[in-house]
Amino acid sequence: MSQLVLRDVRKSYGDLDVIKGVDLDIAKGDFCVFVGPSGCGKSTLLRMISGLEKITSGTISIEGRVVNDLPAADRGLAMVFQSYALYPHMSVRQNLSFGLENMRLPKAEIDAKIDQVAKMLQIEQLLDRKPKALSGGQRQRVAIGRAVVREPTVFLFDEPLSNLDAELRVDMRGEIASLHRRLGNTMIYVTHDQVEAMTMADKIAVLRLGEVEQFGAPLEIYNNPCNIFVAGFIGSPRMNFVEGRVDSIADGTLTVLTTTDERITMAADRFDTNVGEGVTVGIRPNHMSVTDLATADFKVNVRDTEQLGGESFVYGKTGQGAAITVHLSGQTRFEPGSEIGAKLDSEHIHLFATGTGLSLRKGAV
Amino acid sequence: MLAILTPLMRVIEIPMTFLEKRLGMKNPAWLFLLPNLLLFGIFALLPVALNLAYAVTGSDAILLADRPYVGGDNFSALLQCDSYLDPNSCKDDLFWRAVHNTLLFVVLQVGLMVTFSLCTALILNRDIRARGFFRAVFFFPVLLSPVVVALIWKWILQREGILNAWIDGMGWQTFNWLLDRNWAFGWSVFLSIWAHMGFYTLILLAGLQAIPRDVYEAAKMDRATPWRAFRRITLPLLMPTMLVVLVLATIKGVQTFEEVYAFTGGGPGTATTMIIQYIYETGFAGAPRLFGPASAASLLLAAVLVVLTVVQLWLNRNNVDG
Amino acid sequence: MANVISFLTRTRGIGKLHWTDWLTYGYLFLGVLLMFLPVIWLGLSSFKTEAELERFPPRIIPMQQETIIVEGYDEPLPLYEIVSGEFEGETLAQIRRVGLVAQMIRPDNPDERLKVDINDRQAIEKFALATENYSELFDRFNFFKFFWNSVFITSVATMIMLTVNSMAAFALSKYQFTGRMVVLGLVIGTLMIPQTVVLVPLFLITKELNMADSLWGVIIPGAATPTGVFLLRQYMLTIPDEILDAARMDKASEWKIFWRIIVPLSAPAIAVLAILAIMWRWNDFLWPLIVLSSNDNFTLQLALNSFQGEMNTQWSNLLAMTMLVLLPIACVFVFLQKYIATGIASTGGK
Ligand SMILES: Nc1ncnc2c1ncn2[C@@H]1O[C@H](COP(=O)(O)OP(=O)(O)O)[C@@H](O)[C@H]1O
Ligand SMILES: [Mg+2]
Repeated sequence: MSQLVLRDVRKSYGDLDVIKGVDLDIAKGDFCVFVGPSGCGKSTLLRMISGLEKITSGTISIEGRVVNDLPAADRGLAMVFQSYALYPHMSVRQNLSFGLENMRLPKAEIDAKIDQVAKMLQIEQLLDRKPKALSGGQRQRVAIGRAVVREPTVFLFDEPLSNLDAELRVDMRGEIASLHRRLGNTMIYVTHDQVEAMTMADKIAVLRLGEVEQFGAPLEIYNNPCNIFVAGFIGSPRMNFVEGRVDSIADGTLTVLTTTDERITMAADRFDTNVGEGVTVGIRPNHMSVTDLATADFKVNVRDTEQLGGESFVYGKTGQGAAITVHLSGQTRFEPGSEIGAKLDSEHIHLFATGTGLSLRKGAV
Repeated sequence: MLAILTPLMRVIEIPMTFLEKRLGMKNPAWLFLLPNLLLFGIFALLPVALNLAYAVTGSDAILLADRPYVGGDNFSALLQCDSYLDPNSCKDDLFWRAVHNTLLFVVLQVGLMVTFSLCTALILNRDIRARGFFRAVFFFPVLLSPVVVALIWKWILQREGILNAWIDGMGWQTFNWLLDRNWAFGWSVFLSIWAHMGFYTLILLAGLQAIPRDVYEAAKMDRATPWRAFRRITLPLLMPTMLVVLVLATIKGVQTFEEVYAFTGGGPGTATTMIIQYIYETGFAGAPRLFGPASAASLLLAAVLVVLTVVQLWLNRNNVDG
Repeated sequence: MANVISFLTRTRGIGKLHWTDWLTYGYLFLGVLLMFLPVIWLGLSSFKTEAELERFPPRIIPMQQETIIVEGYDEPLPLYEIVSGEFEGETLAQIRRVGLVAQMIRPDNPDERLKVDINDRQAIEKFALATENYSELFDRFNFFKFFWNSVFITSVATMIMLTVNSMAAFALSKYQFTGRMVVLGLVIGTLMIPQTVVLVPLFLITKELNMADSLWGVIIPGAATPTGVFLLRQYMLTIPDEILDAARMDKASEWKIFWRIIVPLSAPAIAVLAILAIMWRWNDFLWPLIVLSSNDNFTLQLALNSFQGEMNTQWSNLLAMTMLVLLPIACVFVFLQKYIATGIASTGGK
């Protein structure tokens, strides 16, 4: 049974619709990530779940109980904020105990819980310090500790790692993931960083402009993005796109004629489309290879090559002017300005309808 | 301090939480605003309304119910004058004397004070040693109470005071400063400047220090002379602060009462009687308490102040966001 | 203090000051004289006896004539040194003066009366502080009562103002609600109507509330100032909303958020406001002058003002009392000068 259910949840500020009807079912114990570009409404959605923000319409239920009108404190959730929101004037211990005191737990129990959590997060030696005297990573741990100590049914995280430097971010990512494994609680995690989403999530909800574009397991979303936005947003480096039109469907082969008169072929049975339909061909950089111009699917004008030793990235432009990235293993180099031929791994080609942007893959919704 | 208040806060918490729960999460804001709004309502807004009522009623009764309606009589009595330039030709000559005194006072005091404050601020903004100490020196009198200020200078200026002693020592004729109309007025202006200029110096200094150093460095690279840098950079950039200071000083200036009253009692004669003193003496100190004229005069003063304050808020609009 | 000393010593050694620097330090030196000397003069004068105060021209340092207690005389007798004439070089005590002749005795031989020309004698004086100027305030003038009134009004009014203003500032900075702009406008509105222009109706209201001639009549109406609301709101706006949200998730009631989170975090601003409020109330004059009519309720300021009008008041006591009124503020100034300065600069005045 789903622990957290959202049904047609909406939010508007005056005339501005920020969340435009979200339906989600989050199963107990899942690590669910809301990912999307900045300003798409991730925080708002999370805050509505937490109860800090009123919902304009729709219902939110936790364990079968509609909580629309339940204040934040009574929903049994805990939240970790982007700025950590530690109480600056309280010691770490007081930060952790504040919520427990408000729940009127006996002092001994509070102390026991704090000690246990402090040990788990390795912040025991920090308990008497003020937040000002902590490093970014330590503050982050305390903020997580403050949530953990309350033993919530659901954890909410709002971009908790965005104030950390790159290295620490990777460490904390691992720690939060292991925390999840250890506690087994449901966690909802908001981020604009799709790498975080891919590495941590059991389920990802990709949001755009207040709507859920796709909800599913990370690899499912990666392999079968339901539209061009999701395809472009998930995966790094970004998926390449080439505009064209379905030229012919014959002998099980589908041919796309690009706007620069190049032909790309693929197996026809994977797609639901008609001759003449405008399409966008999508291909991830690692599903491309470089060949001579004669056998190429299309030409790429090289701008630059980045060599990382074990792998290389070639950046260039198609004849249409669209940016193209090719990911090659090993060490390769092309002169800037030279033309190379790109060959696509036709099994991994995605097709999207021009206009709606929806995936034309058979079976896609 | 928090520790002392903790039990009190705990007690308040009980009804507050109860009300919060009963009224719903929607607007605890009003609960927090309530005490302040009550105070404002009773002691700031209600008086404004009542002031109108007093201004249009007569007699020396204090209860509104006992006061007959007289329309604009209080105002016309105040404003009846053959020539506004000559207080003696007015029906209520004391009021017009006070208006004249206040106007002259404001012009002299504000003009001189802002000039001195600007000089002092410019000097304090130079690369000097012990700036904090000197700033404090000029600021010190601001903290003194008006009565203390008045007494300090009275003691210096009295007939056998130290100023006359010095004059005597120089072989000149000693003088009874506070018994001369013009000197009493002049010294009142001086004392008021002495007491308040530190405050405006502080504001101007803050304004000066907000001008970024690199602007001056750029000017130096452009071979601007110090005088040109002052004319073309300092003055224009300080203008907004100057305006605020001018308006603030004027707002305070027209309300001058306390230190001058304690200093000269408004005398000799009526030489240093200001508008507020007129209101105080007409409404409270006189034998029949004439609330009508006092309120009418208050309203006229209020009108001036409202205009000045609107100007001030407009100048300050960047600091007060909605 | 170390600043001042190093400043003074360091400048003296430097010979290469530009003429504008001389001008600057000249100006500042004059400023120090003009601002401090009057107060110092007041302080010195307050320790002089009434006789010394009447002396013209006055002397800088408080001096008193030496006296001696001689057997057979109730009062201590003033001592003189004889500078010429028959008794030159002797130290004599004066019994009385008749015209140009003084009747004097030798302290060790009180029975023999000597006649001395008054020009031949010179008073023996020593540096002495007339502390009785101060002690008399407590014995004869009920000073303690006035002091208590001032302290009571100042502390209670400050407490009320801080509580009420910080609550309002919290509401206006941390909640969105319909009518917020109206309330804000109202606060600005009250900024335009200082007490001085609503004296008459304010007095009536105070009277109707039975607070005329009572300390509460000074305290309560004085608490309705908008400056504090503005100052605190401005500060509270800088406290991140996420902290409040965190507290809400921590099951804190709104009141608890206010006094466990907002108040401690606004402590610097509240401290500044507290200092300002204390200063305003302590120095307040016009409103107490109107509200308080019986002597027993007078604040220090009122007492001081009414003293200077009374015929039988002597300068010696008046000056001592002025010093006592000034002293608390001077102490506050010495310790909190920096806060006061920034506080005043940030409010832009009352
Ligand atoms: N209180 C508010 N009033 C009006 N608009 C708001 C408010 N809060 C957020 N928004 C708007 O809602 C949108 C979503 O914001 P948010 O949920 O914070 O985005 P993000 O996905 O970056 O977390 C943004 O466009 C923002 O401008
Ligand atoms: Mg966000």
